[in-house]
Amino acid sequence: MSKRSLWSKLKGWSLFLPVVSLLLVMAVNIIHDISVGANPFSFFMITLRETTGNGTILYGRIIDILNRGSEVAILAIGMTLVVSSSAGTDISVGSVMSLCASFCCMLLAGYGVSSTSTLAVPLIVGILAGIAMGAVCGMFNGTLVAYFGIQPMVATLILFSAARAIGLLLCNDLIVYVRNGTFGIFGGYLGIIPTPVVIVAICILVIGLLLRKTALGMYVQSVGINARASRIAGLNSKRIIFLTYLICGLLAGIAGIVASSRITSADSNNIGLYFEMDAILAVALGGNSLGGGKFNLAGSIIGAYTIQAITTTLYALGVSSTQAPVFKAVIVILIVAIQAPPLQAYFKKRSAAKQVKGAA
Amino acid sequence: MRRNAKLNSHTILLLITIVLFAVLYAGGCIAYASKGFTHLQTFLNILITNAGLICVTCGLTVVMLTAGIDISVGALIAMDCMILAVGMRAGMNAVVMVLIVLVIGVLFGMFQGFLVGYLEIQPFIVTMAGMFFCRGMTAVICTEQVSITQQSSELFYKWANTKINIPFGGYINSKGKYLVPYVRPGVIVALLLLVFTFFMLRHTKLGRAFYAIGGNAQSAAMMGLNVKKVKMSAYMLSSIFCSIGAICYCLNTMAGSVSQALGLEMDAISSAVIGGTLLTGGVGNVIGSFFGVLINGTISSIVKTNGKLASSWPNILTAALLFVFIVIQSVFAMLRNRKK
Repeated sequence: MSKRSLWSKLKGWSLFLPVVSLLLVMAVNIIHDISVGANPFSFFMITLRETTGNGTILYGRIIDILNRGSEVAILAIGMTLVVSSSAGTDISVGSVMSLCASFCCMLLAGYGVSSTSTLAVPLIVGILAGIAMGAVCGMFNGTLVAYFGIQPMVATLILFSAARAIGLLLCNDLIVYVRNGTFGIFGGYLGIIPTPVVIVAICILVIGLLLRKTALGMYVQSVGINARASRIAGLNSKRIIFLTYLICGLLAGIAGIVASSRITSADSNNIGLYFEMDAILAVALGGNSLGGGKFNLAGSIIGAYTIQAITTTLYALGVSSTQAPVFKAVIVILIVAIQAPPLQAYFKKRSAAKQVKGAA
Repeated sequence: MRRNAKLNSHTILLLITIVLFAVLYAGGCIAYASKGFTHLQTFLNILITNAGLICVTCGLTVVMLTAGIDISVGALIAMDCMILAVGMRAGMNAVVMVLIVLVIGVLFGMFQGFLVGYLEIQPFIVTMAGMFFCRGMTAVICTEQVSITQQSSELFYKWANTKINIPFGGYINSKGKYLVPYVRPGVIVALLLLVFTFFMLRHTKLGRAFYAIGGNAQSAAMMGLNVKKVKMSAYMLSSIFCSIGAICYCLNTMAGSVSQALGLEMDAISSAVIGGTLLTGGVGNVIGSFFGVLINGTISSIVKTNGKLASSWPNILTAALLFVFIVIQSVFAMLRNRKK
């Protein structure tokens, strides 16, 4: 009896879904390692390794996942807020990432220059301008959604198709390379730790504090659950929805800078491609309802790393990057189908019937 | 009275779309008359290149009428084209391959429709997964570009190169040769599909049911409509139309590759929105969507004719148009609410 109640307690835990999926991915890795005769715990091994470019760095599959999953994790924070407040998704984040990266690199290299090692403007100006561009995009989306009452998907569709194109225009259809050591730091290493991991930690800390220490977190949920009731209760629902889109855009800007710094260039066509899908997937995997309302930031972040873990595992299993989406699709459908209300109702009915039978 | 007012605001939107197309096209004619923009063939070329998109937009309009969305269409086209190309390379008959592709469309649509209609999962998530699945499946079938040549299928090659001449609107080119304007078979298929969708939405039970469910699913259910079934059929129609579109598309490109039709779903959605279909469902018209496609086509045609503009301009212009249209739509909606 007590065993069962523990199980139901676990099932009720808000992080149940993301943690279980993450554990499943790890289990697959361990089984794979055993089957190829490697150390079963090689997945968890973290070692110090000497590299030619970066000095001594931490090395291991976990570190790799934490490092490569950074962009999606940053996006997932903003996406969680947007989904919670407006019951819709911001599909422009991938394109906005690309635009911010292009804008930043264009400023650093100068217009029409395709490769540079000397910066045209101080590094900090380029970075801040890139992030500010993200905020502007977020404000544009937020205005359309909050003040014009346009469906989030349609409103963000505009920047989805335009932002990448504008980025290409800013770069004069070129891939802009910034071959300057200082620019690469945001996608490189800070001491022995990958910088993107530090940036994610800062983002989580800042947004987390903002949500916990101010009432913003509660406001966002309240608007998501019922915007009209919140307005009657005295909240400025529109401004709160606007704010969530602004934060989402800002974070997309940061993710764009990280992605661009990783390759020390602005490849407008490829930066952030399909990242909006991964970010939405992370939110769903995190156990958040895409219908808005209550949200769980920790879940989304675990969800983001789970996706990266899945991707890394698939690569390790020899699946090519173009084929990997098939598995992602199957996983998404399984997760959302289990959560689907009609199925849940069916399961509830069956367990209730069982209990009645047991009592009789 | 109110119903009249509502009808009016939607007809105005459709009118704006048509006028905009006329203005854009006339502008193109005036600016690029010397480059042959005035010839009938320019217009027909827009139809030829966008035959696949017209089919897809018809299906998407139906889905959008039920307040849903289908973003799997671009990837489904890529998968269908790949299946066509690989099948014909293996020596299969073109007719058989076309039938296979259509059956895949039906099954795929049925599955998506089941998830949306019966399991009540958000359409965006379902079709996003569908998109991932199709795009990945294309790579699983073959990672390289496979082209369809005369050797692989005589029949398909013949279809692709058939010219259906039009008896008027010809012109004499600079070499003094009389050129007869023509369309490709894909255009005929697309236009037939357009007419079919128009009549289906207007005059059949199923067509009216799409509008009813998009307007208010709850009252539609109370009226005795099987909401789940109708929703499922909308996604099935979308995937079937998309598969038909894929055949038209393949007749143009004569190849299958992983990156084919990338972002086509957004072109289709923006065409439908520019054409006056609301994403909230219940309002829309396939004729409007057709003009939406034509506007998109005209923009890229103008940019291509100019030759100096960067390749990203069509995207930016379409997005700007989309912006203008959804703001107009939202202003109309606000005015209507205020009247109430």
